[in-house]
Amino acid sequence: MSKVFEGLSRGGKLSESDVSEAMREVRLAMLEADVALPVVRSFVKNVKERAVGGEVLDDVSPGQAVAKIVNDALIEALGGAGVVPLNLSAPAPIPFLMVGLQGAGKTTTSGKLALRLAGRDRKKVLLASLDVQRPAAQLQLQQLAEQVGQQTEGRVTSLAIVDGQQPVEIARRAMETGRREGYDVVVLDTAGRLAIDEALMDEVRQVRDATSPAETLLVVDAMTGQDAVNTAQAFKDQIGITGVVMSRMDGDARGGAALSMKAVTGAPIKFTGSGEKVSALEEFHPERVAGRILGLGDVAGLVEKA
Amino acid sequence: MAGFFSRLKQGLSRSSERLNSVFVKRLLDDDTLEELEDELIAADLGPAVAERIITKFRETSFGQNVTSEEIRATLAHEISHVLEPVAVPFTPDPEKKPHVVLVVGVNGTGKTTTIGKMAHQYRQEGKSVTLVAGDTFRAAAVEQLQVWGERVGAPVIAGKQGGDAAGLAYDGLKRATEEKTDVLLVDTAGRLHNKNALMEELAKIIRVMKKFDDTAPHSVLLVLDATTGQNAIEQVRVFQELVNVSGLIVTKLDGSARGGIVVALAEKFKLPVHMVGVGEKAEDLRPFSAQDYARGLVGEAATP
Ligand SMILES: Nc1nc2c(ncn2[C@@H]2O[C@H](COP(=O)(O)OP(=O)(O)OP(=O)(O)O)[C@@H](O)[C@H]2O)c(=O)[nH]1
Ligand SMILES: Nc1nc2c(ncn2[C@@H]2O[C@H](COP(=O)(O)OP(=O)(O)OP(=O)(O)O)[C@@H](O)[C@H]2O)c(=O)[nH]1
Ligand SMILES: [Mg+2]
Ligand SMILES: [Mg+2]
Repeated sequence: MSKVFEGLSRGGKLSESDVSEAMREVRLAMLEADVALPVVRSFVKNVKERAVGGEVLDDVSPGQAVAKIVNDALIEALGGAGVVPLNLSAPAPIPFLMVGLQGAGKTTTSGKLALRLAGRDRKKVLLASLDVQRPAAQLQLQQLAEQVGQQTEGRVTSLAIVDGQQPVEIARRAMETGRREGYDVVVLDTAGRLAIDEALMDEVRQVRDATSPAETLLVVDAMTGQDAVNTAQAFKDQIGITGVVMSRMDGDARGGAALSMKAVTGAPIKFTGSGEKVSALEEFHPERVAGRILGLGDVAGLVEKA
Repeated sequence: MAGFFSRLKQGLSRSSERLNSVFVKRLLDDDTLEELEDELIAADLGPAVAERIITKFRETSFGQNVTSEEIRATLAHEISHVLEPVAVPFTPDPEKKPHVVLVVGVNGTGKTTTIGKMAHQYRQEGKSVTLVAGDTFRAAAVEQLQVWGERVGAPVIAGKQGGDAAGLAYDGLKRATEEKTDVLLVDTAGRLHNKNALMEELAKIIRVMKKFDDTAPHSVLLVLDATTGQNAIEQVRVFQELVNVSGLIVTKLDGSARGGIVVALAEKFKLPVHMVGVGEKAEDLRPFSAQDYARGLVGEAATP
């Protein structure tokens, strides 16, 4: 990648052909990083328009100039600098709804969020599993709550498991318990569901209507491929999303799904998961992810100069 | 019960609608080919593989006046040609008591569920099956497998949370051998391939099992999530290198993801793809069919 940028001819202004050649490589790099095709298309088009005719400063090559434009545009497309905090301004107990595909990391992320809220924000958090699909799902959240509770002087607990209760009923009971027992936040963990599963999408809509969550967080695996756009669109249209959590950023996937998510939902990426432990939750830093998507780690210095 | 094809079809209808608009064109020209290539990229084949497939397709079909069905069928044929050699069914060896299967993969791909499904299938065939709850790390991973064990009628060897998975696998193998069990399915904790310590732990499970039977495990199956993009290549490369993967299983094909990465994997690694997961229930496991998969990728499944 950086070679392409270096190879462009020097001159006063960026020519159409300088930019086109570089953008062909950018397109490929983004596709290899799993950014969804329609998102790549519109990104490349926008950056081209922005770059052609741009001035090149005396001491940088046109390649460096394009690299900077691409990098800046990508950071901007990922949400720009600055972390978007969780919405904690609703009256207590504040409901958070966790949604996403099967195995994305919702339950683990629920535990991580509870630790964060109970630890640094000193909130009292109730974890409630609405997952009546996956074997032992409610037990999984309960065990996580015990673990996190021990680390936070008991500020995190889980809702008692009642066999046979359905998700909407569990959600109501969670909010009820949250009110009665003075919790600040109630995290509603849901079963994994396919975006094309109408019955289950309808179910989570009912949970949303019954609880009016302050945050509806879509948990997405950082390894997700092109399907990210379908998932994002469906969850956005059918449920409404206030934020995204990218899990498994501790892997070596390039993480292009982050850009697809942001482009389609418009919702900020609030956190990244960086491990299986409940402490492995980080705030989202677009500049790091931008470099990762472009595979341009080595160009950071180069971009600095431009 | 919905078949592989129709389950796939539901998930594909969205993408195929777009493909249909490509296929109404009668002349196979550059524009059509480019659109087809984009569709393959959108199905996760990856830009390089998509280009190669389209280049071959161009050689056979360029400039022809063909119906949309013909284009679709030819393209599916091209892809199934790549997939055919890896479509190998999985059958436990009846000579082995037990046939030891170690199930591995990154987090959340569907390992435990797939073990439940396989156990169900072998129980239905009248075989005896024992499960080893080798995920001693994740919360309630043991209980999850135990529910599956109860569902399908297979005993589950489990230790305590945080215990030694290798020791547990050894115990499971010893017991299954004594009881002349047909199949031993060993579940493992999800682990990312770029974490050396966790990969080493997996290698240890194998080493320890070999102390009891140096031919075990007889199969090491890597479970991949169909939603995964290009990173699947790295997953297969590293798992194969470190634990000698013998075959692949692709899960969650009932979703909208089309699992095109399998084409890239077939080209690169030539590892057998044994089965696919098409749902969360015990019976949602199918043998891998190159033709059906290829048709699914090009959207052919959507036409009645
Ligand atoms: N390495 C890593 N693993 C993670 C991360 N987040 C979750 N996991 C693991 O991913 C797997 C699935 O996580 P869960 O929290 O059970 O996912 P889920 O979305 O609740 O799954 P379902 O409820 O079955 O849909 C588990 O093995 C977790 O330990 C992460 O950020 N990094
Ligand atoms: N729709 C669908 N869901 C599946 C399929 N296979 C597994 N799942 C779901 O995916 C989620 C994760 O499955 P698990 O079997 O727990 O995955 P795992 O690989 O054992 O996860 P870890 O042990 O945490 O690494 C669960 O919600 C399963 O029900 C499939 O073929 N289709
Ligand atoms: Mg869960
Ligand atoms: Mg598991």
